[in-house]
Amino acid sequence: MPPSLQLLNPELIDRILVEAFALIADRGVKIQARCAADLLESGGARVENGIARIPESLARHALKSVPREFFLHDRDGKPVVKYGGNAVQFDPGSSCVHVLDPETLEHRMSQSADLVRLVQVAEMLPQYAAQSTAVVCNEVSKEIGDLYRLFLVLWYSGKPIVTGAFAPHTAPIMIDLLAADSGGHEALRQKPRAIFDVCPSPPLNWSDFAAQNLFDLARAWVPAEIVSVPLAGAAAPVTLAGAIVQHAAECLSGITIHQLAQPGAPVVWGGAPAIFDMRSGITAMGAAETAMLNVACAQVAKSLGLPTHGYLIGSDAKRIDAQAGLESGVAALMGALGGINMISGAGMLDSLACHSAEKLVIDAEAIAMAQRVVQGVEPRSESLALEMFAKAGAAGDFLKLPETRKLFRSEQHLPSKVIDRGSLNSWEQNGKKDAFARARERVHDLLSSYKRPELPASVEQDLRAIVEQQAKKAGMDHLPGI
Amino acid sequence: MHEELFRAMRQSIIDGEPDQAREISQRALAEGISPLDAINHGFIPGLSVVGEQFEQGEMFLPDLVLAGEAMKAAAAILEPEIQKTGAARESLGRVVLGTVKGDIHEIGKTLVATMLSANGFEVHDLGVDVPFDTFAIRAKELNADIVGISALLTTTMAGQKNVIEAMERLGLRPRVKVIVGGAPVTQSWAEEIGADGYGRDALAAVALAKSLVPKGS
Repeated sequence: MPPSLQLLNPELIDRILVEAFALIADRGVKIQARCAADLLESGGARVENGIARIPESLARHALKSVPREFFLHDRDGKPVVKYGGNAVQFDPGSSCVHVLDPETLEHRMSQSADLVRLVQVAEMLPQYAAQSTAVVCNEVSKEIGDLYRLFLVLWYSGKPIVTGAFAPHTAPIMIDLLAADSGGHEALRQKPRAIFDVCPSPPLNWSDFAAQNLFDLARAWVPAEIVSVPLAGAAAPVTLAGAIVQHAAECLSGITIHQLAQPGAPVVWGGAPAIFDMRSGITAMGAAETAMLNVACAQVAKSLGLPTHGYLIGSDAKRIDAQAGLESGVAALMGALGGINMISGAGMLDSLACHSAEKLVIDAEAIAMAQRVVQGVEPRSESLALEMFAKAGAAGDFLKLPETRKLFRSEQHLPSKVIDRGSLNSWEQNGKKDAFARARERVHDLLSSYKRPELPASVEQDLRAIVEQQAKKAGMDHLPGI
Repeated sequence: MHEELFRAMRQSIIDGEPDQAREISQRALAEGISPLDAINHGFIPGLSVVGEQFEQGEMFLPDLVLAGEAMKAAAAILEPEIQKTGAARESLGRVVLGTVKGDIHEIGKTLVATMLSANGFEVHDLGVDVPFDTFAIRAKELNADIVGISALLTTTMAGQKNVIEAMERLGLRPRVKVIVGGAPVTQSWAEEIGADGYGRDALAAVALAKSLVPKGS
């Protein structure tokens, strides 16, 4: 059996769900969007003064129609990302506003060129099953910032994409972009390539935009990922169990809105639950408790049979140092053992603010280690050891056995050159480089071997036409990054 | 003679107990302690202890917030009495603050409001997602001394500049001071947009606000 990490026993999961259902039924959820409030009311919720009280029966009914699994597809239409069960996949963190400049080590405002660089590096790393719209392009007009990021990722990547809209009117345009990429809205519905993060505001508040977004995505059958962000100790109860209840209540209410808008449309029990740092007031992405929250919230979803998402592997460190390595490594392992379907956050530094391509390649090593752990210990030969002992002879020289040559690749993960296991001598001869220096070299290597996936000319034209029209409206005279 | 009561006042702030602070304030009044003395010699020293301990990393944000709440509870009992005697506890200054338009992050801004109010400022909290002009209009209506603008996102931080421009249009600058804060904000950003100062945390904001008003020093 594959190893797994369970933090909640069945009794505690029951108590969490009892309180979560009680929260949405009694305290209620703030709903600002008319369309969502009307849907809830027609389903039997009581809506007064912008607060919807959702009966447990209504939420339970919605849970029934959620697909237990679904796939995201790559550009060739292959189902390469699975949401559901114990599938574990990773994508880079989203929406940073800074990048760590690998030369100056400054955190500077991110631009289109930085997004392109991150996408190209992630494209080359098999540890990332999906891309993300990783950074905000600060030189692009804010009104089209969300759709422009998606455009650049579609332009440079063939992988599935985790994205999100910033405003109610841009989500439909982003869906148009995806449809242009997939060959029409029906093709997109059949083989979705992207999933949209939708964030309730903690505690228990669906902003006008977020609820509208859920509604639009459901109607278009484009997968939605509810990213509930209980900030334990500030915008959520300080106890982990209490924050998990709030997370469950926010997901339950979101799923209810979503399934009322379109029963059966794909939706994910996701989030970025985290603790609030009591010294600095930041969201402590690298904390052990943050990783515990993510694992536990996914466990609640699994008890309901739902697909899962979490936000891990980001670090609170400002540079790529020992803190960044240990926080990201521990979280990658915990998330993988937690069986979270999609784990976003690799590459991130400074809580949620800064992205780094160099960290992305180091995190890929942590992810590979975690993926290896999840495979567990398996008998790979008929006798476990006796036969190999017999063949190895009295001297016990296992290195020359054919079994060794045959099995070492499946038994051992072979890290990239970012991980140094060489002798002191060879390390010295190679210039005494630390992990960051090696990561810089690897980024350079990956970028020089990157090839842009081929897009049919008509798709390129369509994507361009949509974005050019929007860019013009926003007062931009050229398309940066392409 | 009243030493024990003063010590209890100080302790109620350090412990962050609004109920105790309220109760001791009432007892102090009953025993004839001047309400101004209670604030200045009882409660304020407690706030100083909490501030020092926070700076040293021995106390944490919940300690700071609850100390502020306890201070407000004491002031709510004592200030009406001070006013009755005519010897009003002078407000250090009037502050209008909020989180700028497009940004709904509240925690930092509310903490600054609590600490300013606990330290003797009159605080008008405009909430979150506050339009640029609203800062200026309210500052004018209330005859504010200081406007505090919070932003947690680099994308909304630019709005701090818009607020300053709105204040200039109403002729409030440079008389009304501007302080800015929030995770992405830096001293050089504050200088770039022409703010009067930046506070890296709630305590720095209090020190900054005090330095900007004549009664603060």
